[in-house]
Amino acid sequence: MTTITETPAVDQGAAARQLSYVKAFNEGLAQAMREDENVFVAGEDVAGYGGVFRMFDNLLDEFGPRRMIDTPISEAALVGLGVGAAARGLRPVVDLMFMDFIGVCLDQIVNQAAKMKYMFGGAVSVPLTITTASGAGLGAAAQHSQSLEAWLAHVPGLKVVMPCDAYTAKGLTVSAIRDDNPVVVMLNKVLLGSTSEVPEEIYGIPLGQAYTARQGSDVTVVALGRMVGEALAAADELAAEGIEVEVIDPRTVQPLDTETMFASVRRTNRVLVVHEAVTFGGLGAEIAAQIQDAAFDYLDAPVLRIGAPFSPVPFSPVLEKAYVPDRARIAQGCRRLLERA
Amino acid sequence: MAQRASKRPAGPAADQASAQVVMDLHERMVRIRLFETEAGRLMEAGKLPGFLHLYVGQEAVAAGVMAALRDDDQITSTHRGHGHAVAKGVSFRHMYAELYGRVTGACLGRGGSMHINDVSLGMLGANGIVGAGIPIAVGAAFAARYKEEDSVAVSFFGDGATNIGSFHEAANMAAVLRLPVLFVCENNGYAEFTPQSKHMLLTDVADRAAAYGMPSVIVDGMDAVAVHRATVEAVARARAGEGPMFIEAKTYRYYDHQGVKGLRHPYRSQREVDEWKARDAIDLLEARALADGTATRAELDDTWQRTRDAIADAIAYAEASPLPDTADLLLNVYSG
Ligand SMILES: Cc1ncc(C[n+]2csc(CCOP(=O)(O)OP(=O)(O)O)c2C)c(N)n1
Repeated sequence: MTTITETPAVDQGAAARQLSYVKAFNEGLAQAMREDENVFVAGEDVAGYGGVFRMFDNLLDEFGPRRMIDTPISEAALVGLGVGAAARGLRPVVDLMFMDFIGVCLDQIVNQAAKMKYMFGGAVSVPLTITTASGAGLGAAAQHSQSLEAWLAHVPGLKVVMPCDAYTAKGLTVSAIRDDNPVVVMLNKVLLGSTSEVPEEIYGIPLGQAYTARQGSDVTVVALGRMVGEALAAADELAAEGIEVEVIDPRTVQPLDTETMFASVRRTNRVLVVHEAVTFGGLGAEIAAQIQDAAFDYLDAPVLRIGAPFSPVPFSPVLEKAYVPDRARIAQGCRRLLERA
Repeated sequence: MAQRASKRPAGPAADQASAQVVMDLHERMVRIRLFETEAGRLMEAGKLPGFLHLYVGQEAVAAGVMAALRDDDQITSTHRGHGHAVAKGVSFRHMYAELYGRVTGACLGRGGSMHINDVSLGMLGANGIVGAGIPIAVGAAFAARYKEEDSVAVSFFGDGATNIGSFHEAANMAAVLRLPVLFVCENNGYAEFTPQSKHMLLTDVADRAAAYGMPSVIVDGMDAVAVHRATVEAVARARAGEGPMFIEAKTYRYYDHQGVKGLRHPYRSQREVDEWKARDAIDLLEARALADGTATRAELDDTWQRTRDAIADAIAYAEASPLPDTADLLLNVYSG
């Protein structure tokens, strides 16, 4: 096991440094590469071009073509390269650009990367990191906008992280690379330019540990990825109405820190789960089921889920906006929960 | 045993195309060029949401191939699909309305630039997943034979797409089943920002066809007549039940991989771009038509003007069209 350094507290000082989500990812990756000579990056246009989302900017200059590798458009071979290299002791970071492209390499992710350690009787580990961009909001339509975390979180052997801001993007990326298992880092496309306070030193955020982004006593909102920001905005709105919302960011959806949620539910007695992925078969269903299992007696209302309707992501901005859950729908959900009893 | 039909770009015989064919190719190319440059302007003006992968520079390929097809012949396209759609005859109105995300668009506003289709014209869609259209074309060719129709299917894809498993699986499948499908590789020298020399060790993508026992031909993708002639031959073979064929057209895209803003990183030189522009497909065809008396300048200009008018009409139509109704969010997720 690799050890995870303590997560540094965010400095509230005036001089604290703001960094964008994409730069924070980039910095975490660069520091992890400096820390461990076995870390390398492979993907389409990651080296010479720096990645279509600027995720890999300047890394070729520092680490050279041995550790920054542009590959052909061959996602199955790309993930397979990562699996094989990881089995031989390297720590590959392979980039899939858009999450939707996992469709063409799912075998390597699900049947190979996720199962190798188990099937080999523990003889190898696969310290592979897969980076990708998920989410709607750019008018990128049905094949470039999906949030498929539920597919991956369903597979034993994989870990899945969904950073909601720049600070988390850096910390989770570092932890993913240091982790001895295949970890999928789902960056959110809409958040790429968003900024938050990011410490300069390298730090990991423990995988499988939720974060309480806001404390409140009336209702718990469990929000994934980009929905954390929407939930915090909804909480601000509701505070003006005298409703105190607690916002929990699981950060890692596999493994999932349910204890933090249970503890919150026991205090607030009401829960709303919100994610960008379609509601049906989404992680909201899993979280709701676990909460009612563990804390049924504490619930004053059934667990409510908010996600996307059961449709591919539409192109037209007017439809896309109606499709993706937002602060208004979250606030409305909280009010509905409070109307019961 | 299948073999390569020819490795040479089509020669002087290409010049003997009939006046009618030349004017047809010219019109298809002008329609693509103006559709695309206007779309680029609209994008720059912030009027279009989403991504825009412009086809400008590659017009001779879409025009040359499509002029050899019938409406019941099927095509599958790529993320860079506007040129194929325009050349297949998809209406400007439906296309612009789709780019604007209007309910009158080719996908009812659901698909956008990367998914434009018109099933009535055998246009089975642009595609956001590289290589994904290739097996679908094989399926369409299978259906034609199954139904004992003599239509063919054509799949368009880039040099980069031939590195993906779908291409290899589909090529082999089509070859062993001897299906009436054409594999048209538009080799513009780049996959996004990666030059061909860095994503494959071959100079000619057509060499890949040999691995599947499929004949291939290489054509000058800036010469619409040459592309057309090669396609006519390949289509005739396919209709006659002689199986698939691979056509590699060497061409170039003038704009960046996506959008209109130009080079963010210098992954190719201005000089290279200028050299290709000096052999612009439309300029070449016009010069030849004027030199051999196929057309007068006035006739060619008339095509440009008619097309400009049609585009102005289509943009006005798109802008006046209603947005989709959010109450219909679940429309067409399933049939029935
Ligand atoms: C499976 C998959 N991988 C990656 C991408 C991202 N992508 C879109 S276009 C493109 C390059 C395609 O190159 P090529 O096939 O040569 O076509 P061109 O863009 O040159 O027309 C890439 C990598 C994608 N859409 N789908």
